[in-house]
Amino acid sequence: MANPRVALFVTCLVDLFRPSVGFATVKLLEDAGCAVEVPRQQTCCGQPAYNSGDKADTKAIARQVIEAFEGYDYTVAPSGSCAGMISKHYPALFADDPEWAERAQKLAERTHELVSFLTDVMGVEAVASQFDGAVTYHDSCSGLRELSIHDQPRRLLGSVEGLHLRELPDANVCCGFGGTFCVKYADISDRMVETKITQVIETGADTLLAGDLGCLMNMAGKLQREGAGIQVRHVAEVLAGMTDKPAIGEPSKD
Amino acid sequence: MSGSTTSQFKENAVRQLADVDLRQALTKSKGHFTGGRQNAMDKLPEFDALRDQARDLKDHVLENLDFYLETYEQNVIASGGQVHWARTAKDAQDIVLDICRSVDATSVNKGKSMIGEECDINEALEANGIRAVETDLGEYIIQIRNERPSHIIAPAVHLTKAQVETSFRETHTHLDPDRILEEPPTLLEEARTVLRKKYFEAEVGITGANFLVAETGSSIIVTNEGNGDLSQLLPKVHIVLASIEKVVPTLEDASTFLRVLARSATGQDFSVYTTVSTGPRRSTDPDGPEQYHVILLDNGRTGMLGTEFHEMLRCIRCGACMNHCPVYQSVGGHAYGWVYPGPMGAVLSPSLLGVDEAGHLPNASTFCGRCEEVCPVRIPLPKLMRHWREREFERHLTPRAARTGIRLWAFFAQRPGLYQMATGLQMRLMGWMGRRKGRFSSVPLAKGWTKYRDLPAPEGKTFQQQWAGRK
Repeated sequence: MANPRVALFVTCLVDLFRPSVGFATVKLLEDAGCAVEVPRQQTCCGQPAYNSGDKADTKAIARQVIEAFEGYDYTVAPSGSCAGMISKHYPALFADDPEWAERAQKLAERTHELVSFLTDVMGVEAVASQFDGAVTYHDSCSGLRELSIHDQPRRLLGSVEGLHLRELPDANVCCGFGGTFCVKYADISDRMVETKITQVIETGADTLLAGDLGCLMNMAGKLQREGAGIQVRHVAEVLAGMTDKPAIGEPSKD
Repeated sequence: MSGSTTSQFKENAVRQLADVDLRQALTKSKGHFTGGRQNAMDKLPEFDALRDQARDLKDHVLENLDFYLETYEQNVIASGGQVHWARTAKDAQDIVLDICRSVDATSVNKGKSMIGEECDINEALEANGIRAVETDLGEYIIQIRNERPSHIIAPAVHLTKAQVETSFRETHTHLDPDRILEEPPTLLEEARTVLRKKYFEAEVGITGANFLVAETGSSIIVTNEGNGDLSQLLPKVHIVLASIEKVVPTLEDASTFLRVLARSATGQDFSVYTTVSTGPRRSTDPDGPEQYHVILLDNGRTGMLGTEFHEMLRCIRCGACMNHCPVYQSVGGHAYGWVYPGPMGAVLSPSLLGVDEAGHLPNASTFCGRCEEVCPVRIPLPKLMRHWREREFERHLTPRAARTGIRLWAFFAQRPGLYQMATGLQMRLMGWMGRRKGRFSSVPLAKGWTKYRDLPAPEGKTFQQQWAGRK
């Protein structure tokens, strides 16, 4: 497909907290030759309800997403977690409802996480951007284990001029975010993110990247509370060369 | 079931998080288990195919559980043994006590058994004046410390060497204070010296079973210390305590599980001892018990068959899920408050104790998926934990504040226009309030977040607002 019509599932956290990730996503998709549209009828993928056991609300939200996003060539989200929800969990959610199961399945097959979409579907091998610094990368759980996203971001980051990647030990271990988990079990979550940022600091990198804003906000918030002085960004910002905005949780320079 | 503090999981967790010895012990063991498993996997290219086979085999057995259990029973009887069916933990206790009384037992040696823990067998024996001696080193250590196992295969994994040494010095009062006990081999030697005598005193030996083989009526245990063999061979009576889902069709099938079990558990290709027991001593055997009893425990498991928790019955108790669980590795096994900790406990405990008691456990997970990734029989543990959350939500067991919060959020999420207007205003306000620092160190309605971390301030206008403006 030369110029696919791509619906951007912006994700609730990016929409609300860090729209610049959304614009970086649009730029990366357009650079890859996609025509990007943003369906207005989107709010969230439904994971907060799904993981709280509220199946009725989850299904209602999922039906809304399916209605808003069917009809495009692809749906792309700058998040492995939300893309995984649509592509892996929606079909299971409607397993006993043939009509919606079919619609969910169709959408699932066309839904991708941003970075893996660029490499695996659009065949992007390099990006034309520059970022001077040593970065480390955390593999967010859903992207890694539900969607097998591991090499793709590393490959594209390798093409960013000036960027040095320092591998994070235990990069595949959860940062402790887990959606509502981090608030409901704050003490446990804190130990997990403390372990994570200790390893991040030990890499000596000055920037931490990942592909999911929830994990990023968790790690950024902890790094800042500890005064670690490490900048935290979504991988899309670096790949798109859109790092003029302050890093997550950092004040504007002006 | 006695002794469960599962309902106080949060309080338990806070206490355990503050335990510096626990943190040191867990940090040390974690790499050993995860690295060991990875190495074992790397050396066996067909490991994933074996996991599929193991899963399919268990599914087949669970579909035909009645047949295999009856076949197993017939073959135990044919080899001279006896089978006792225990519906509850109390039934199992009573059967054990009856057998012990029938031979006037005053002392029982125990091999490691989680079913023994589930049934509080030691407490039942002690209450009836029968001494129970744990012979597995880890179990022995926690027995002299009056503790419960914190891990299903490494019961004393929560302890540091220094703690073990202190406990030995307190209990083994015959020890010369100058004797060095710092290294595991010296501790092992000391435990062995004390235990060796006790092996010959016990009238009854109780072991668990990793597998029950239907075609031969055999029970199989895997151990690394050889204590299980001595516990079951030397006394007059051998009692095997096992839950019903441990049955496998044939010895060949058992070998499929053995190939994934130790590799998943400790990273060993095989455990040091794999012991197959079939009936009591025959006239041609050099040794063995005079009586061979098997107690088959249900204790809620048949109630899981055919439900959304059915797949949990595939579990072969390797412990890989807890070895790889970042929550378990943070709080340790005792925080879970009952016999089974970690992800497998988070699914099994609500089944056996009731979700009213154990409802916290399936909620205390980030759904990171590592447990499912390493499970040798591919139990979809996060999915099963989510099913428990669904049951809790249906029954209004979810804490009211969380439930109200989710319902309110879901109300807005289903009304995109309203949602975008409300969040647009809220983000503008928060963005304005956080513009100087870029983050908040305290937010009244997000204390769970800001207790330990700063909250990044939103950029201001939402993406949707900006996108609409761009058009």
